[in-house]
Amino acid sequence: MLKCRKCGQPAVINMRHHRLALCETHFLDWVPARVQHTIEHFQMFRPDERVLVAVSGGKDSLALWDILTRLGYQTEGVYINLGIADGGYSQLSQSKVEQFAASRGGLRYQVVDVQETYGWSVPALARHRRRGHKTCSLCGLIKRHIMNRIAYEGGFSAIATGHNLDDEAAVLMQNTLHWETGYLGRQSPVLPATHPRLARKVKPLCLLYERETAAYALVRGIDYIYDECPYSVGATTLFYKELLNQLESRSVAAKQNFYLTFLKAKEEGLVKFVEPAEVELSTCERCGQPTSAQGLCAFCRLWEPERQTAPENGSELPAAGDVDG
Amino acid sequence: MMKLIYRDKEWELAHGMTIRDAIIKIGLNPEAVLPLRQGKLISEDNIGQENDVITLIAVVSGG
Repeated sequence: MLKCRKCGQPAVINMRHHRLALCETHFLDWVPARVQHTIEHFQMFRPDERVLVAVSGGKDSLALWDILTRLGYQTEGVYINLGIADGGYSQLSQSKVEQFAASRGGLRYQVVDVQETYGWSVPALARHRRRGHKTCSLCGLIKRHIMNRIAYEGGFSAIATGHNLDDEAAVLMQNTLHWETGYLGRQSPVLPATHPRLARKVKPLCLLYERETAAYALVRGIDYIYDECPYSVGATTLFYKELLNQLESRSVAAKQNFYLTFLKAKEEGLVKFVEPAEVELSTCERCGQPTSAQGLCAFCRLWEPERQTAPENGSELPAAGDVDG
Repeated sequence: MMKLIYRDKEWELAHGMTIRDAIIKIGLNPEAVLPLRQGKLISEDNIGQENDVITLIAVVSGG
């Protein structure tokens, strides 16, 4: 039986890429230490800064919230209910967040219900608009806008998301295969705030394999949503994760090496991507958030046709002059 | 014999091999699943015992 390297008790996980097998107790010590190292190494945030944790009800974001809380950081969660009705997905995800927060002594969090706030659920809006916007890209745009708004209103220094190393390696692989130099140039564990109304974006789990975040959630007894988002079925990111896991099973640490050597090469200036010409950000006329476009930002433009046809169930589309959008 | 369960599928396999080898034998990638015995996480380097019931949890989920 494989033994824990620290204490000799039976190991519950063997992290081959670290040549490290650990028991439950030492694994639960190791994970926060790894995250703390990541936060410090990439200068993500300081203990005196407030961090908004984007929680989805999945294992990564709940594990992240749990770890940051254990490390003593000042966190608050935000859950965005997208109104995905298939299999009760959004309601179930929200209940996982609520249960988690309650089980940790009442962690603070906010819920933003997209349908209640803006009049349309994300899938309904995607169906209604038909042209140009797929559900996942709409979802990304809406979530980014809401997170920026909540972070600004609440005075948070950083928005933390649960992206793990597998997520980052899959995106890196996809962008490399397509030579998406703009995306490659921007891919980083930390995206600095480029405007006074934007918070820093940080990924404190980016040095943990997805296997490790899942194991952490299981061992910590975190009740997370097990099903994938119904709209992610067949997503290319999942395909790249599969490919990377095939590589990993043939060549230990392949994922880690792929991602870390990319970060190191960028850090040391060994690879350079042509930065797109710096765009001067203007202010959205409607919501006040920074935008590279003139007039309305992409989020407000998204709702523009719906302003004339919004359903009657309490639509609160952004109004001219609204600060929050 | 030992039993492996993944989602709604079950496999009966000869015991005495590592859980890792058993996972490979049923066509899954050990990087993509975590094995539980009686609800507890175990290392895939454990040898499967007679009458073991191993539940495999997909690593990619949710979010």
